[in-house]
Amino acid sequence: MARILVVDDSASMRQMVTFTLKGDGHDVVEAGDGVEALACAKVDTFQVVITDVNMPNMDGITLTRELRGLPNYRFIPILTLTTEASTEKKMAGKAAGATGWLVKPFNPDQLLATVKKVLG
Amino acid sequence: MSIDMSQFHEAFFEESFEGLEIMESELLDLDVGAGDVEIINTIFRAAHSIKGGAGTFGFMNVSEFTHVMETLLDEMRDGSRGVTQFAVDSLLQSVDVLRTMLEAARDKTDVDEEMVAERYATLEAILKNEGGEAADAPASSAPTQEEVSTAPGNNSGWKIDFVPHPDLLMTGNNPVHMFKALQEIGELSAVVNLDKLQPFTEGSPEDLYLAWELTLTGSATKEDVLEVFEWVEDECDLSVASLDGEGKAAPEPEVVAAPVVPAAASVAPAPVAATPAKKAKIESKQKKTPEATSIRVGIDKVDEIINLVGELVITQSMLDQAGDDLEALADSVSSDGGETQKANAEILLRLSKGLAQLERNTRELQEGVMRIRMLPISFVFSRMPRLVHDLSSKLSKKIELVVSGEETELDKTVMENIGDPMVHLVRNALDHGVETPDIRVAAGKPETGTLNLNAFHQGGNIIIEIKDDGAGINKAKVLAKAVEKGLVSEDDNLSDHEINNLIFAPGFSTADVVSDVSGRGVGMDVVKTSIAKLGGTVSVSSEEGKGSTFTIRLPLTLAILDGQLVTVGSESYVIPLIAIIESLQVDRKRINQVAGKAEVYKLREHYIPIIRSREVFGLEDDTRDLHDSLMVVVEVEGAPAGIIVDDLQGQQQVVIKSLETNYRKVETMSGATILGDGTVALIWDVNGMVNVHKRKLNRNTTRA
Repeated sequence: MARILVVDDSASMRQMVTFTLKGDGHDVVEAGDGVEALACAKVDTFQVVITDVNMPNMDGITLTRELRGLPNYRFIPILTLTTEASTEKKMAGKAAGATGWLVKPFNPDQLLATVKKVLG
Repeated sequence: MSIDMSQFHEAFFEESFEGLEIMESELLDLDVGAGDVEIINTIFRAAHSIKGGAGTFGFMNVSEFTHVMETLLDEMRDGSRGVTQFAVDSLLQSVDVLRTMLEAARDKTDVDEEMVAERYATLEAILKNEGGEAADAPASSAPTQEEVSTAPGNNSGWKIDFVPHPDLLMTGNNPVHMFKALQEIGELSAVVNLDKLQPFTEGSPEDLYLAWELTLTGSATKEDVLEVFEWVEDECDLSVASLDGEGKAAPEPEVVAAPVVPAAASVAPAPVAATPAKKAKIESKQKKTPEATSIRVGIDKVDEIINLVGELVITQSMLDQAGDDLEALADSVSSDGGETQKANAEILLRLSKGLAQLERNTRELQEGVMRIRMLPISFVFSRMPRLVHDLSSKLSKKIELVVSGEETELDKTVMENIGDPMVHLVRNALDHGVETPDIRVAAGKPETGTLNLNAFHQGGNIIIEIKDDGAGINKAKVLAKAVEKGLVSEDDNLSDHEINNLIFAPGFSTADVVSDVSGRGVGMDVVKTSIAKLGGTVSVSSEEGKGSTFTIRLPLTLAILDGQLVTVGSESYVIPLIAIIESLQVDRKRINQVAGKAEVYKLREHYIPIIRSREVFGLEDDTRDLHDSLMVVVEVEGAPAGIIVDDLQGQQQVVIKSLETNYRKVETMSGATILGDGTVALIWDVNGMVNVHKRKLNRNTTRA
């Protein structure tokens, strides 16, 4: 099972995602925005990063780009959480180096399927 | 995996209400015309989070409603739509509607569908009308599927040509995982194509030069297949063709059974091969703002602790008295001589020192526990900018709100009950206080009026000031009205202060035209009563033409009271210190007998009524001559009165026990407490005392 970094400014979303992932046996660390996430990523190692896009201080797109710049995170799957309306956000995420995306609203099963997709 | 989503609802509602507050205050800061992108972005983000959460947690109506707001904000953000007053006001009203919807969802009650629909329609109309491009965005429609699914019918499988671009691995995608995903929807076989493989000395080991020809048999649709490759559309060349369309692809000799392990050559280290997690300190994950972290505790638990600490305080004060006796005993014992007795005296002194320390600890514990219930007054103040915004546009006045002291803390219960009186006072100041711009200019004042809200601590109390620079109270008019209503008589010779405070009398209204803003004059006395219920007082000072200041004085907490112990007859009573101005010894020369039996006392420049507490309580009163009696001067409804007591004892903090819950309401008493010696002392309600006194007086004069 993997060590996963969950980044979202919404506490309820973090709770939901963390609860789901932990229930599936993963190890989860939460961060409330991109700045916090980047700090976590630098001192810890994660096998997957799941990040919201719209966040204060540092958004998910910038976070993705920053992570890809770190030697340890060049090949780590990074998933963005976006809303259905924002096709350009998916693409912006991809351009920044994201592996893929999960469209909000999603349910716990969809989340686990997506994580499984990147972990194999 | 089935998860009960309702466990996350509380967090969702909490952050959504926070989000609404952010939206509201930022909308109020937003300048019409040139909207600050950073502000719009903040508002957008709050709306976006609410929408996302609502969708996830199943509140679809909230999600749909927020979607329209979000679309509007998005257009404002990217500049395709101007920031108009109408749009801002609409968004503000939408925030209110959204709050109602969230409250209904939280409380599982019905929401006013009509109101929601109306507001929704307004937003949609804005989106359609003033040339925004994204006007036709449907509200939260299901993601549109453009791909027409090929009839699954009798298709036996797919031939997939997958040629990744060299940089595919850089996105964190991994062909092995994609093949595994394909295996889940059908029978997979794969042929690896090594044609592009670079010599060892060239190319980068991180680039991917392999390509695959995949054959997937089974009932999977083309969509299913494309979905597996959804994330790498731009990082590969992909063709998916029906096996039936092109004839069955015969299995070839070079088939590599899946799971395919890419040949050693040019594959990057597997992503999972990460170093074991270092035991590094991860910074607190919860914090959003640099606030201290907090836990949620039911208020009943806190109150239970406060109650227990209250009991501890009572026990402590009992021991305190015993401690004084101990010290005296120790003195007498040690002076008596004998070695054993000296040792005993030593023990007694240690015990008394221990008691002194216990006292200090108890006090600190008590203060600490009390602080748990404290919240910054910003919780109440934050309602005011919106109120001022809405009212000033309604009244066509220009008003600037200046807030200070919002970090001042007060008790949660006080906080919950002070909001409405404050709203009323602010409404009143805007409606009756601050003038319209033309009147202000004519009076030589700046066009924009100022409303100051200030809160601060003063000697164990909280003071809240609501100050405007408006017209002030017209004393002549107030007095005339009060006389007309029979509240005072013309020859009552009232001080300016007394006249001003007549506006708190029941049923008093001075507005020439009753407005829908401040109501019909039923308000000010209600304000006074609500504040009195919290153990506080309200008064007004005003200067005609310059403005008015309303001052609310509140106790820090409702559970403990700073009191003055007094004796009347055989009983001890507690007078709330907040009500006391001073205590003095009566000088016969200053007493005046007016109309009938009413006694007044000349205190410096003013005459104040004398209230004999024995008379109020119906006790034997043989002190006809008050000379040298003790008088406690209290403030009641902004006016002083002197209450005669038999004796003054010390001042002390007392724990308030409700009379209403333990006995019944008594007009002259606001509660009871237990003193150090275990006796029960009643706490005076000085307002009630004055009222009873007045009634007795009236009866006497009518009899006379």
